[in-house]
Order: sequence, then C-alpha cells, then structure tokens
Amino acid sequence: MHEFGLAQNLLNTILEQSQERGFSRVHGITMRIGKMSGVVEDAFSFAFESLAEGTLAEGAKLSIEDVPIRCYCTDCGTEFECAEWSYRCPTCNGISTELRSGQEMDLVSMEIS
Amino acid sequence: MCGYCGCSQTEPTAHGHGHHDHEHGHDHDHGHEHETIRFEQSLLAKNDKLAERNRGFFLGRGIAAVNIVSSPGSGKTALLERTVSDIGGDTRVAVIVGDLATDNDAARLKKHGTPAVQITTGTVCHLDAHMVLHALEQLDTHGLQILFIENVGNLVCPSSFDLGEDRRVVMMSVTEGEDKPLKYPTMFHGADLVIVNKSDIAEAVEFHRDTALANIREMAPRADILEVSAKTGAGMDAWYAWLKKLSETKSAAAR
Repeated sequence: MHEFGLAQNLLNTILEQSQERGFSRVHGITMRIGKMSGVVEDAFSFAFESLAEGTLAEGAKLSIEDVPIRCYCTDCGTEFECAEWSYRCPTCNGISTELRSGQEMDLVSMEIS
Repeated sequence: MCGYCGCSQTEPTAHGHGHHDHEHGHDHDHGHEHETIRFEQSLLAKNDKLAERNRGFFLGRGIAAVNIVSSPGSGKTALLERTVSDIGGDTRVAVIVGDLATDNDAARLKKHGTPAVQITTGTVCHLDAHMVLHALEQLDTHGLQILFIENVGNLVCPSSFDLGEDRRVVMMSVTEGEDKPLKYPTMFHGADLVIVNKSDIAEAVEFHRDTALANIREMAPRADILEVSAKTGAGMDAWYAWLKKLSETKSAAAR
C-alpha cells in the first residue's frame, strides 16, 4: 500500500530525533509491525532504504518484529490468535470479537552513535 | 541495498559496523559508542494526534462525521448525491471528498446545493487527518449536523488512517463479488456499517445475496448491514434513519 509514505514518516521521525538528541548516525532500527497493519515488510524495507540514501540513516539495518493478530471474544472471554483472517472464536464459535493486537506500525528503538 | 529487485539485502557498507568489518585501519573496538534508544512510537502518531483534534472539533460542534470507503466505482458519490438531495432540506450536511485528481465529485455534489470541498491527493491513495483538518477550514461548520467524508476509492490504504470520524462506512456493490469482504479483511473489520449498493441490478449480475451477507457478518461482526440502490432509492430510508440516529446522539452530546 503506502509503504513509501510510512517510510518517509519513519525517516522524518529519525531526522527530528537526531536534532533533538544530537546523534549523527543511525546503525539499526527496530520496528514492530502488526500482521493486520497492511504494511508489506519487503516493500517497506525497500522504500526506507531508498529514502535513507544520503542521510544519517543510510545503510541502517532494519529489523522488523511481527505482531500476530490477537482477538478477544466478548461472548466467552477467550483471547486467541486469528488465523487466516477469521475472527471467529475457537472456543464458542462467536464472532463478537475485539482486536487486541495486529495493527501496530511502531518504531521501537534505534541504535545510534 | 540490492539495486535490482529492491529486496532488503544489505551489502557491507563503508562505515563497516556489520559483521563484515574489514579494511578498517583503526585499532579501536568496533562496538564503539553505539547506543540504543527506545521510542515506542507509532508511525501514525502524527495522524492519530490530528485525528483526535478533528474528533474533538466534531464533538464540540455536535457534528456527526461519517467516513465512507469503497473500491472505485461502488457508488459512493451516487449514494451521497441522493442522500444530500433527499435529506439536505431538513438536515445541514456537507461533504469532503477525496480523489487523486479532478474535482468532478465535488462539482456533482454542489449541484444539489450542498457545500462540498474536494481534496485532490495527487498520488496519495487515502485521506489522512491532516487533509481533513484543512478541508474543514474551507467549510462553514456552524450548525452543521452531518459531515460526509468520501474517501479515495481504495479498500486497502484508508483503513490505517483515522480521520477523527464517528463512524466508518464500508460500501461494496453487487457487481464486485460476494467474497469482497474476505479479500479486504482489514477494511471490513473496521466497519461500523456496511452498505451493499446497486441492489437494483443484483439479479442481472447473479449476486448471491446470502453468501455476501454471511461473508460480511464474518468479517465485520460489529457492523450493521444495509442494502440499497442509490439509483432507484430502494433501501435508502434505512440509511437515513441510521444517519438521523447518529446525528441526534452527536448533537445531544454537544449540548
């Protein structure tokens, strides 16, 4: 989808932070991306690498932690991992479920110098 | 980076801090001075912040904001044309409409005397809270009861972007196939209401209604479902009742 836009958000955040905290080089970035965020990791990595060229984040290693889609059944209280895009509760077969995780697109940490 | 296929394979880079450190003439330790800083910040933090600002604005003014998403050609503008024409006399409505290019949709809506602001996004595949914030500056929102936000025709990207709306309406038409909800799970899961449009031609295109409704219920368990024809007007009363209820709740909260 809009991986370039999101990668640009990431780069902007990095540039802002470098001014605020006074670092000059980014060596590694750890992101947390939910399976339901719609972000395609390869496309995101490609976009970020392209945009980071010539900046303090050029060549930074991008590590991505996947977050599974977890749902909570409001009928019986079971928390479960949603497989194959089904939100149906494995315990009671109900569909009144709330998302608990899976939509993340978070910048977790950076390795800097 | 691999310059051929765009994969994230990295070559040893000039600064050489990876495993392949080589040809470094220095004699200091290579683990030097690296520091890890933690953030825990969403890439959408800015959007989400502005979305909350929009939400506060809508709340303060008692405006019911409805974000409408669908594939291109499902009939969002047709639905809104009939809606503003039918309820625009009694209810103060306005439309913000997003497209990559042209102001055709806003022009169609203005013909009905409805205030409409076109956002042309260029190459951007969705509306974001910032665009909506600036579009609001172009509208007279005093006394406004319902604001429709017609998103860019796309069932993927708009799902990530909170605009500050009260309700998200996902629309599909009978020509798009019964499995549409299964193909776009993220978008359908976030729906408060699913509208199935073009019911007037359902038979001609052999639309399997029961299968489609079951798929919608499976993927969007929280959502109400309405079947309408924006062309003939069939089923539109239920849509107006849904809007009226939302608008009354919102205006009561603002008092």
